[in-house]
Amino acid sequence: MMQELLQSAPSWTKVGIFFGLAVLFLFVVLGFVTFAILSERKIMGFMQMRIGPNQVGGSWGLLQTVADVLKLLLKEDTIPKKADRPLYILAPVLAFAPAFMVLATLPFTNQFQFADIGVGLLYYIAISGITTIGVVTAGWASNNKYSLMGGMRAAAQMISYEVPLVMSLVGVVLLAGSLNLREIVAAQEDIWFIFLQPVGFIVFFIAAIAELNRVPFDLPEAESELVAGFHVEYSGFRWAFFMLAEYVYMFAMAALTTLLFLGGWHSLPFLDFIPGAVSFALKFSVVIYVLIWIRVSFPRLRADQLMEFAWKVLLPIALANIFLTALLKELF
Amino acid sequence: MLRTEEMLLNVGPQHPSTHGVFRLVIKIEGEIIKEATPVIGYLHRGTEKLAENLQYTQIIPYTDRMDYLAAMTNNYVLCHAVETMANITVPDRAEYLRVITMELGRIASHLVWWGTYLLDLGATSPFLYAFREREMIINLLNELCGARLTFNYMRVGGVKWDAPDGWLEKVAEFIPYMREQLHGYHQLVTGNEIFLNRVKGVGTYTREEAIAYSLSGANLRCTGVKRDLRKDEPYSIYNRFSFGVPTREAGDAWSRYECRMEEIEESLKILEQAVAQFPSDGPILAKVPKIIKPPKGEAFIRIESPRGEIGCYIASDGKKEPYRLKFRRPSFYNLQILPKLLEGENMANLIAILGAIDIVLGEVDG
Repeated sequence: MMQELLQSAPSWTKVGIFFGLAVLFLFVVLGFVTFAILSERKIMGFMQMRIGPNQVGGSWGLLQTVADVLKLLLKEDTIPKKADRPLYILAPVLAFAPAFMVLATLPFTNQFQFADIGVGLLYYIAISGITTIGVVTAGWASNNKYSLMGGMRAAAQMISYEVPLVMSLVGVVLLAGSLNLREIVAAQEDIWFIFLQPVGFIVFFIAAIAELNRVPFDLPEAESELVAGFHVEYSGFRWAFFMLAEYVYMFAMAALTTLLFLGGWHSLPFLDFIPGAVSFALKFSVVIYVLIWIRVSFPRLRADQLMEFAWKVLLPIALANIFLTALLKELF
Repeated sequence: MLRTEEMLLNVGPQHPSTHGVFRLVIKIEGEIIKEATPVIGYLHRGTEKLAENLQYTQIIPYTDRMDYLAAMTNNYVLCHAVETMANITVPDRAEYLRVITMELGRIASHLVWWGTYLLDLGATSPFLYAFREREMIINLLNELCGARLTFNYMRVGGVKWDAPDGWLEKVAEFIPYMREQLHGYHQLVTGNEIFLNRVKGVGTYTREEAIAYSLSGANLRCTGVKRDLRKDEPYSIYNRFSFGVPTREAGDAWSRYECRMEEIEESLKILEQAVAQFPSDGPILAKVPKIIKPPKGEAFIRIESPRGEIGCYIASDGKKEPYRLKFRRPSFYNLQILPKLLEGENMANLIAILGAIDIVLGEVDG
């Protein structure tokens, strides 16, 4: 659908439709962020025997996040005197803009995809790397020692985890024979890649959590060590931008996991009647739930252990997985 | 020109993991700590000086505020010191109530430690589980003495309140419940690979160092020294119970963790026996004059608090106020080894080491 729109003769109506769809999608993502935060708090509350938000918007606290965002927008915007002002202002933008950019290539159903580019997977990985620059910039520009350490940790973490992340995906690319996300999903019509690439999936999922800076890899923030890490000095809507980026990435990463390993919009063979979008949403929700579950269960790794784990454990496994996949593909 | 620079970082007094108002000035190179200087005293209230103008009974509420996580042991050490000086015999029933409350307090204190330690290491859930169980203990103690944290329960010569009807049964019910929950704790945390990596081999010291630095409690027992004043110098009625003293050899944060977790089990054993042996009736307060005037002289009493050896020294000149009162506060002594342990460690280990010592700032600062 999008493809046809993009490739047909340009007209204002078509630009309007395209724009309208983009805005609609933006609302979907923002809606997701709103309710992902709420569901995270509710699920964490359930697992920790608390109640969670239950005041704003009925007994389910449905409007809690909205109220929180409003409060953040109304807060005073403080910039420390000794901060590097231009960089300090630029950092949240650098962190959150790529988060939205990566969404363009994700095919949510057979029809709904904004940009069907040939190297979609590579695009995702390349663009998502920019966010780390935003985090490092924030850490540096704040002129705070805790922020600086958080920023440095973020940089080190990205270098360590981007490599196994990419390597773990090579197996999928080998099997699908394409970097295009639509074709990768299409290749999973018979069997999902999670069954063909179990090792690749585990490495990918661990590296993905590290990419998302979530527990147990939340070192750049590390509340109990670095107070709040790279965003110690940020407040109000600038801080909200970092949080927004984090949750949009959670959205993107869960979508990517669904696409690469869980068969995207394909249902199980005997459940063919389920529409693609619903099937996608279900799998996507499971991934989100697992992410929240992991957050509740684990303590945090130490920086040096994290590096060791990435280079000495994940990377060799990922490489072995590539070798094995190539070998099996050649033999069968 | 490319060069690295040492950075001076103030950790605390407002920091999520310094457990109160503890400040640590560290010199770091990257994340490696070159030098650490603890700064204490933000919570100093001058308990010992204040006590010089107070009657003995009036000092008891002040002891509640020292180690506020296990106030019962503080109550006890003062009362016991005065009793020793004035030669007062405490009725049996009071002794049992004291032991039960002290052991409940020990479990509560270890639970807080367990939860906050895991919180320091980045796990959020254990904290909430631990506080659920602690809440039950606090409710039990609340029922007994009307306060949740600062009990002011013990008196020279006994205790203030008798156990209400059904209270002992509630304590008895709590014991198997706590055992079950402990099992759950081990399932959740103890076997966790990330947790083991964070604590094993971290903050290690030898038996000699531990003794030289005058460490006590689990901080000492983790190096293999089997020293527990409840066993070695039995006070109150601890010689009537059979319980073990958990020790480990490694002397790292992990062995301290293991010791404390086992201590909870041992405390449960004591509680079980104490509830079973509880005398059905009798006085809870010895016949003590309204105004206590211990004879001229001095006394030093030490007991085993959850954090280590808590001591109370009283010098009396025969008046109704002490001439001098001094507490040996275990957190303060245990904290001394910190700068040595931190040298060469990184930021993440700082939290793991500081947390494993188990300090309470109210006690450190007095």
